[in-house]
Amino acid sequence: MTYKNPVTTPRKSATFDDYTLSEIRRAAATGIYDIRGGGAKRKVPHFDDLLFLGASMSRYPLEGYREKCETAVTLGTRFAKKPIELKIPITIAGMSFGSLSGPAKEALGRGASAAGTSTTTGDGGMTEEERGHSTQLVYQYLPSRYGMNPRDLKRADAIEIVIGQGAKPGGGGMLLGQKISDRVAEMRNLPMGIDQRSACRHPDWTGPDDLEIKIQEIREITDWEKPIFIKVGGARPYYDVALAVKAGADVIVLDGMQGGTAATQEVFIEHVGQPTLACIRPAVKALQDMGMHRKVQLIVSGGIRNGADVAKALALGADAVSIGTAALVAIGDNDPKWEAEYNELGTTTGAYDDWHEGRDPAGITTQDADLMKRVDPIAAGRRLANYLKVMTLEAQTIARACGKNHVHNLEPEDLCALNIEAAAMAGVPLAGTNWVPGQGGF
Amino acid sequence: MPVFDLATTELRALNQALHALDKSGPAEDFEVTNPRGSHAVAVGIDAPVNVTIDGSVGYYCAGMNEQATITVKGNAGPGVAENMMSGKVVIKGDASQYAGATAHGGLLVIEGNASSRCGISMKGVDIVVKGNIGHMSAFMAQSGNLVVLGDAGDALGDSLYEARLFVRGTVKSLGADCEKKEMRPEHIELLTKLLADAGITDVKPEEFTRYGSARTLYNFNVDNFDAY
Repeated sequence: MTYKNPVTTPRKSATFDDYTLSEIRRAAATGIYDIRGGGAKRKVPHFDDLLFLGASMSRYPLEGYREKCETAVTLGTRFAKKPIELKIPITIAGMSFGSLSGPAKEALGRGASAAGTSTTTGDGGMTEEERGHSTQLVYQYLPSRYGMNPRDLKRADAIEIVIGQGAKPGGGGMLLGQKISDRVAEMRNLPMGIDQRSACRHPDWTGPDDLEIKIQEIREITDWEKPIFIKVGGARPYYDVALAVKAGADVIVLDGMQGGTAATQEVFIEHVGQPTLACIRPAVKALQDMGMHRKVQLIVSGGIRNGADVAKALALGADAVSIGTAALVAIGDNDPKWEAEYNELGTTTGAYDDWHEGRDPAGITTQDADLMKRVDPIAAGRRLANYLKVMTLEAQTIARACGKNHVHNLEPEDLCALNIEAAAMAGVPLAGTNWVPGQGGF
Repeated sequence: MPVFDLATTELRALNQALHALDKSGPAEDFEVTNPRGSHAVAVGIDAPVNVTIDGSVGYYCAGMNEQATITVKGNAGPGVAENMMSGKVVIKGDASQYAGATAHGGLLVIEGNASSRCGISMKGVDIVVKGNIGHMSAFMAQSGNLVVLGDAGDALGDSLYEARLFVRGTVKSLGADCEKKEMRPEHIELLTKLLADAGITDVKPEEFTRYGSARTLYNFNVDNFDAY
């Protein structure tokens, strides 16, 4: 009788999983790294790993809907003559015209304005759609300086100097040729159809000492009226924030690795930068050490999805948060109604991230004249406003439950963590213990 | 003529006065004395004013200039005339790094030498340098013209887009995707005008060599691997 080896269940490698294998095959076939939009997709410790404790014997809650819980935030109180007053602590992050269609930018402006908050330009200049529909518009000052001009600088409500972003700290932008339409090309002074590379560092200053002088110049040009934001990716948050304060920032925007980008290398998005959760406490500590917490406002972004995330970021010391990916979803990105078309592109709803290819069925990350008609800026703006208001209501609900009459009164002591990693990063106790990993010598 | 002595007057007062000028003129004359290396002198102007600065300035003099004619009777620090939109800026001495960075329009004349990254990311400005320019000049330059009567340093025009570079002397090395180009009649004509605008009469356009983008890196191709 011959021996027959029983067949075992086929076992795939955890190291060489299906995605990894497909990526090796893709690289071998094309000779180019994978480029995509969005932020880190890998699982990292995040706000879901934190819980609020709520009120109990030692503190009492506020009555939901009856007792006031304020949400207003003022940005730019340090030097600017005209700080920005927002009704809610949630802003719209910088996203460029070029990467987004004109109607999508208009929808962002409409939604933000209806909710009483600001929106932000991106790498490509200020469009009339966005300026006209944004009551508070932050104008980004980027390394490429595409579309940068003094007239728009003077009609902005604030100026955001972009040093980096969470998806790619140390990296520049990329807008592939297929998205360089006539209008995009004209705004960026580039020929149509070429791959447009945005520089990774500013052309006329290096380091925080130079930046201090650059900020002085921008303040002089704008007669010291506009708040100056500095945006950094989640790299070295303690030192980056300290240096931004030293350079003269009114507001610091700190973007963790889950923060999205219009397009960059997958390897960059997934392997450079720190999770948002890991960045907040070091940033706040830098502000506190310099006596500047609440004097220089901190905006946190990267993976903010709901009012709980907002409340947790504020409890850890942020003054406001910023959303990008979530705002795009609110106006229609990755909507299941386009599933058949996502399938044609080799993907599925919720996974579509080839924003750089300009074929977005939802009409948002495209310059295709027909596709962009799918975005109704009025209806999409309304959806964004609804979403922003829901997030705010949720954050208020939690704040009241913790006994706070302003969302800024939330504090780390209102939180615990579900696992050791999140406890260490957020600097709050592991649930059921008084242990904060990394503090007290162990 | 208004005179601002920066030894006794705050910079803010000077820039505020310049910003208060009528955009449509008439042209006025301003004089700035004792700049003593101050930063951000005469920035953000949008009026047909003539500003004469008696001495050397620090960073970003004439930044984002529109319409104004600004003359520095001395040297200029980094980023002179950065992001200029229109008008004319003349530096009688040398200029430091990033002269004319990202500028969209107007004319920048540097009568001495310019340091590294002259014309970096330029977007339509015309720059004329009577002396030499440093390394990495015209890096990622998008459009406009850079004219150099002297020599250029290493990596001229690296990752160049559609800007035109004219060098009369030697070029130490060309950057990625930058190549020597033919001087056609329209380039001679253009150069004749630029030299005249800069007040240069003793140099012939035929003495220059033109450089521009080879356009091989405009769209990614893995076969250009060695260039990245």
